[in-house]
Amino acid sequence: MNTAYDIIGAILILIGSIFLFLGGLGIFRMPDVYNRLQAGTKATTLGGMSTILGIGFLMVEDYWGWLVKAIIIVIFIAFSNPISSHALARAMYKRKHYPLIMSKDENMDAYREVADKNQNKEETI
Amino acid sequence: MIYIIYIALGFMILGLFFASFRFIKGPTAGDRMVALDTLTTILVAGLVVLAYIFQRFIYLDVALVYAVLGFIGVIVIARYLEGAL
Amino acid sequence: MKELTFNVKFSRFLLNWLFLMVVWVAFTTSFSSQELVVGLVVTMIISLLSISMFTCCTPAILCPRRIFFMIWYLFVFIGALIMSNLDVARRVLTPSLPINPGIVKIKTKLTTNFSKMVLANSITLTPGTLTVDIVDDTLYIHWIDVKTTNPEEAFKEIAEQFEKILLKIF
Repeated sequence: MNTAYDIIGAILILIGSIFLFLGGLGIFRMPDVYNRLQAGTKATTLGGMSTILGIGFLMVEDYWGWLVKAIIIVIFIAFSNPISSHALARAMYKRKHYPLIMSKDENMDAYREVADKNQNKEETI
Repeated sequence: MIYIIYIALGFMILGLFFASFRFIKGPTAGDRMVALDTLTTILVAGLVVLAYIFQRFIYLDVALVYAVLGFIGVIVIARYLEGAL
Repeated sequence: MKELTFNVKFSRFLLNWLFLMVVWVAFTTSFSSQELVVGLVVTMIISLLSISMFTCCTPAILCPRRIFFMIWYLFVFIGALIMSNLDVARRVLTPSLPINPGIVKIKTKLTTNFSKMVLANSITLTPGTLTVDIVDDTLYIHWIDVKTTNPEEAFKEIAEQFEKILLKIF
């Protein structure tokens, strides 16, 4: 007894779990904090959203509350994950962990001057 | 249907393994926090899958509360690392 | 902070009440009369206490044209999210890690804080970019594969598709 909801849910869960695995692997392989944040945030956001929605679709025929609550968790993850990654990136830059630059271009780090200026201002106050 | 759930749980456990390796090894505090953020999201998805396996609706609330607490924890430690706390 | 007129306060109160009531029904997932009555009282008290805090939008957000653009934005956003995940998957699974990271800056035309937050969150979830800081109207963005360091070209590459729609919503 495979209904359409079951098939949609199973496909979403498989895709989501593969992206969750890729998020963990990205954290493991990337060379510095900012690249790790990129891989971790994006892959786990879509992976978590897709897995949770898939569970909601699997159980929606038993009780409609499953899908509604799954959508609440999905909205919360979609809002909170970028905010926490942004806070972590800014905190690491304020601690002078400058990003890894591979090319020889001079202008690759546009944020350096602003961070240095703010640092001096805090010291004078 | 239950086999697909078990395959998905296997992928999640592999992801947890790699992320917790970075959590243990990470050279700076920021790396550990990035790994903790990833671990939180994977664990929330895992809790929802467990709610399906045990067929308990109330376990979804556990996942929601864990997501909220993990978000607040990461924000607080990020503010502390920034020096604003 | 300047004093608000009664009309502004009352419209904000009604909008907060409606929004919190929707959230309440979604949390309790039942339409029995006891739950609804308790929800009406609790959400009314909360929205009375928080009139001066939730300032993200006005009741004009409920007009059909803006709701249409919001749904369109949702589709554009989900498309960009899927593209960015395929991009991350390609980079992670390639053995040589094809990355060329750097930080670029772009200027935005959005004015309110809430719309800038939505733009920054969207940029974080689109292919290969991560918002590091916002200073007034300048966004500093960590780009995993830098194609150009010129602010205007980078703006066209990263943020133009989102800002075009956000300017119509807010």
